[in-house]
Amino acid sequence: MTDAPAVPSTALPARGWYKRNEIAVTPWLFLAPAILFFAFYVIWPIYQSIAISFYDWDGLGEARYVGMANYVELMDDSAFEVSLWNNLKWLLLYLLAIPGGLFIALFLNQTVTGIRIYKSLFFFPFVLSQVVVGLVFSWFYLPNEGLLNGVLGLVGLGPVNVLGDPTMATYGIIAAGLWPQTAYCMILYLTGLNAVDPEQIEAGRLDGAKGWRMLWYIIIPQLRPATFIAFVVTIIGALRSFDLISIMTNGGPFGQTRVLSFYMFEKALSEYGFRMGYGAAIAVVLFLIMLVFIAYFLWSMWSEEKGR
Amino acid sequence: MRFTTKTMLMALAGSTMLAGAAAAELTGDLTIFLDTSNPAPRATMEAMIADFQELHPDLNIETTIIDRDAYKTQIRNFLTADAPDVATWYAANRMTPFVEAGLFEDVSDLWQEPEIAEALASTKGAMTIDDKQWGVAYTYYQWGIYYRKDIYDELGLSEPVNFDEMKSNCAAIIESGRKCYTIGTKFLWTAGGWFDYLNMRTHGFDFHMELAQGKVKWTDDRVRQTFANWRELIDMGAFVENHQNYSWQESLPFIVNGEAAAILKGNFAVAPLREAGLDDSKLDFYQFPEITAGIALAEDAPTDTFHIPANAKNKDNAREFLRYVVSANVQTEINSGENLGQLPVNAKSAVDDDKFLNEGFAMLSENSPGGVAQFFDRDFPAEMANEAMQGLQEFMVFPDNLDDILNRLDKVQERVYN
Repeated sequence: MTDAPAVPSTALPARGWYKRNEIAVTPWLFLAPAILFFAFYVIWPIYQSIAISFYDWDGLGEARYVGMANYVELMDDSAFEVSLWNNLKWLLLYLLAIPGGLFIALFLNQTVTGIRIYKSLFFFPFVLSQVVVGLVFSWFYLPNEGLLNGVLGLVGLGPVNVLGDPTMATYGIIAAGLWPQTAYCMILYLTGLNAVDPEQIEAGRLDGAKGWRMLWYIIIPQLRPATFIAFVVTIIGALRSFDLISIMTNGGPFGQTRVLSFYMFEKALSEYGFRMGYGAAIAVVLFLIMLVFIAYFLWSMWSEEKGR
Repeated sequence: MRFTTKTMLMALAGSTMLAGAAAAELTGDLTIFLDTSNPAPRATMEAMIADFQELHPDLNIETTIIDRDAYKTQIRNFLTADAPDVATWYAANRMTPFVEAGLFEDVSDLWQEPEIAEALASTKGAMTIDDKQWGVAYTYYQWGIYYRKDIYDELGLSEPVNFDEMKSNCAAIIESGRKCYTIGTKFLWTAGGWFDYLNMRTHGFDFHMELAQGKVKWTDDRVRQTFANWRELIDMGAFVENHQNYSWQESLPFIVNGEAAAILKGNFAVAPLREAGLDDSKLDFYQFPEITAGIALAEDAPTDTFHIPANAKNKDNAREFLRYVVSANVQTEINSGENLGQLPVNAKSAVDDDKFLNEGFAMLSENSPGGVAQFFDRDFPAEMANEAMQGLQEFMVFPDNLDDILNRLDKVQERVYN
């Protein structure tokens, strides 16, 4: 004999579509806003830039399809060449911020009275707006009244006009950019140093490691995550360099301090810029350069995940 | 404050209605975009619009003032997207892109009206493209050499009338340990002013315009002659050093401190120089001297303008506003020394009794037979002007690069004028 079930047996009410697929769908729901914005504000503009780069368009009238003409012209454009080289200088020299930040961090990673104040002072330039940094440095470099020439004068060196000399101006701007960027890297390393395992240092010490060997074999490997982030932000910072150039030299003297982003702005969006297609072509080249780094970053993050 | 203005206006509206004098009063909206962001022009414009509001109390006026440099890029957006009813801009070639794109309203009808046709005849050329007029001018100003009279007196120099005197004066000034001219070329256009004058004085207005229209190559021997004249001054050491670092404002201290004796500039330089302490006994003006004998003198006199965007919603109100702006009284008022300190475009207006405005007005109306140019970056197409001004700056720093610069400009010219 079978008893009636304790609970009234009705077929389970049909669960809603969402309930049935909850586990598969929910992550996508959470991701949806981000995906939407990313597609709309990043992917779509990239596609548009690439599309516009095949046109001759002044941003107002009719766009005329010109195929690869903008890119062909770029190959022969000396201003573009200068910008490309300057971008390379930025990329290489800006990386100095990483060792610079590391050594300041090591120096500040100790407990003495008032160390917090010193740390804040070193971090200070990163808090400043890039515009202020640019202004301060352009006054520092002023050919007659500037502090730099005052100091050089004391040791008997002739006056230099850093920002007015086409061979020096880019280096002058990079030096200005390194000031806040080093502070940024320093902060990254300071937090990284907090996570360094004291037991490993102790063990290293027992094995007789000190000084450079201690740094190279014990400390730096443990700082790898910080180094990675510092590398990422510095590369991106170098490729984005725009505000300092705009403030300090406005691309001059005669266009010798332009980088790709500034040149793109000048061609497409500035007072005299009427060439959206040409500007877009420059943007595409800049994007391709960035893509190399982005691919590398993604690849190294991916291989790290896999390694776990 | 807003409240009180509003109540005042309402009271005013009431009184005019009582008086029954509201003949052609406007109603509805009027949006005005201005680029007059410097303090004096800003106050002038605000006062002028307030007066217009008083005439038309039922009109709902909305004024937006945008930073002068930001305006130059923003105008491209707001003309297409959300157009105001009235917008400021510049005359001549600087209007071309917007006219060609159909973004400015054709206001030839205004120019048919007798008051405007007669009184504004002098600026008609600068407002005309394809035989139609695309706006009205509201102010213009002379360019010329502003110099330290006390330094000239001290050295026993007089205002030069030709290139030889200009050079001999300059030699004497350099002898006294000063520079002849201050200039700041960081933003390039100041070098365009020098080229305008040297080219117009060496070969005349028509040649300069042919170059602007791309009918003459930059590598032409006549252009080289202009640069050769310029180089004479550069090689003398006539210009302040490191000018590529300075904006024009930053170049003013040289003349204020007496380290340089003169500056080639528009009349807008007078206000900051006066403010810095150069009164009329120390600061004076002369017309850029003749270079090639017999060439008719021509001047730069940039003109600032009002336009009605093609997408404006209240075009009738806007037209009335333009009529108001160019009327004789308003022109007298807004261009007076304590307001814009520039020249009125209406022939029936009075020029304010200011030393520099008087000299400038006399120069432009009587001693500029060759013609009146707008300015380098307004007469040349934008892209050509930008590349060329960079070349001019480079030339001023490294005169030896001239061949390279001119070849480059030829290449740009080939592309731009096609």
